[in-house]
Amino acid sequence: MATKKTLKKAPAAAASAWDKVKIARDAKRPHVWDFIEGIFDDFEELHGDRLVNDDAAMVAGFGTIGGEKVLLLGHHKGATVEENMAANFGMANPDGYRKAMRLGKLAERFGNPIVTFVDTPGAYPGREAEERGQAEAIAKSLEFFSALKTPIVVVVTGEGGSGGALAIAVGDRILMMENAVYSVISPEGCAGILWRDGAKAPEAAEALKITAPDLLSLGAIDEIIPEPAGGAHKNHKRACANVKKAVLKALKELKGIALDELVEKRYAKIRSYGNFY
Amino acid sequence: MSWFEPKAEKPKIPPAKALWAICPKCKSHMAKEVWKNNNSICPKCNYHGRLPVRERIRQIADESTFVELFREVSYSDHLGFHDATGDYKSKVDATIAKTGETESIVVGTCEIGGHRAMLGVMDFSFMGGSLGSGTGERIARACEQAIAERRALVLFCASGGARMHEGILSLMQMTKTSAAIGRLKAAGLPYISVCTDPTTGGVSASFAMLGDINITEPKALIGFAGRRVIENTIHQKLPADFQTSEYLEKHGFIDKIVERKDLKPFIAKMLNYWGF
Repeated sequence: MATKKTLKKAPAAAASAWDKVKIARDAKRPHVWDFIEGIFDDFEELHGDRLVNDDAAMVAGFGTIGGEKVLLLGHHKGATVEENMAANFGMANPDGYRKAMRLGKLAERFGNPIVTFVDTPGAYPGREAEERGQAEAIAKSLEFFSALKTPIVVVVTGEGGSGGALAIAVGDRILMMENAVYSVISPEGCAGILWRDGAKAPEAAEALKITAPDLLSLGAIDEIIPEPAGGAHKNHKRACANVKKAVLKALKELKGIALDELVEKRYAKIRSYGNFY
Repeated sequence: MSWFEPKAEKPKIPPAKALWAICPKCKSHMAKEVWKNNNSICPKCNYHGRLPVRERIRQIADESTFVELFREVSYSDHLGFHDATGDYKSKVDATIAKTGETESIVVGTCEIGGHRAMLGVMDFSFMGGSLGSGTGERIARACEQAIAERRALVLFCASGGARMHEGILSLMQMTKTSAAIGRLKAAGLPYISVCTDPTTGGVSASFAMLGDINITEPKALIGFAGRRVIENTIHQKLPADFQTSEYLEKHGFIDKIVERKDLKPFIAKMLNYWGF
């Protein structure tokens, strides 16, 4: 019989895909500002896409992490209802992706590596988002970050929601937290289409293979960052320490690679994605 | 004359849908022959309907110049995916048997009005033109071969988006195709994207919107998120022409709406302007 102690220590790997979806969406899970405060020595947020807007769902700015001067890009979901509303629940508009590219270009110019924190249900499905080219903004981001001449470390911290996540998840090292999920479509969306019943989301989550171990075995990510027992929401400090360690290790590995070689290697990695006959 | 003459056999009347075509945009009825003879274009509203992939190639490539490539690259059911309606493998195998195609895009080299090109045409009748690993691989290889042979890239897009039966690797095809197109452009080669009805989801958010010029046919559906998803999110009705070719042109994301009959000369003309 499981004692309380062993239950507490039960590995999260035993959880179902749907359990992980719930953990990944937990409001108490560390969000981008928790990571900024917990990991960075200093940080200056910068705003705006220089076209129409500043998208609060996309945080961008320069900061120092373990002595490394980097550009940070991350979805901002917010932890309270007020924050959720202000940040549009982490669903970026085209303006957010264009801000990310604008500052990405700056990072390339001044040799700053980029660290991204991915946590979004998806790109915002709105009227103005479409009118301002949501599809074009995501497409451009993929093309842009694939060839950018500076190291890019991606951390999927919570929900990796489809194209809206992918737009800032192209890089040289793709790290994923143990209880994060990353999927081509939300389990609810997939269940609605293929099961004709959104309530079948747990089955869809299982079928889509969206957990960190699944993605590692599929070659879509490079490394899993362990979380404290029960999940990152139980211990922000420990979670931040683990993320910091993994990010610094990745930055150190990438630092020694000449930029042309780095971009070649990134292309080779991107080129290898897939499974076909 | 017998009282009980055998009843004359009733002439077989074909079902209505075998005779009539209904325009999916304006809902007007016409004889199927009219629709077909008008190149699958509605004579009432000028909606440009979906063309079979081989017919599209016939209309765009110069006669007997098209050489198909990478036909051996096909899908793999690496997740063993099955849903309420069955398993992925049987669905694709049935599609392959029905269409004779082995992926949702056909690519190959050809000449377009005498210009050397790499042509790719997506097939909406193949799993809704969805972007699988095989689709992404064919596009990436097409880009690389176009670079090696100094050819312009022309892609006809028609897709509902990513192929969810292939999970995360389907999403990764968006990056793969976008990166390969980036390389083609960096090599100084042009890319013309033709967004035909429909071009949505993960395909619109990758190679479809990355053309040096993006063109389309009249009244195509082009967009990222589905209309219902947006309406449910913003709790508003969207305008009737939302996410149409005309709407996108107005908002600056389409260079030109080109009638089907003018597509080939238009593409050739642009390639000529750019010295290809």
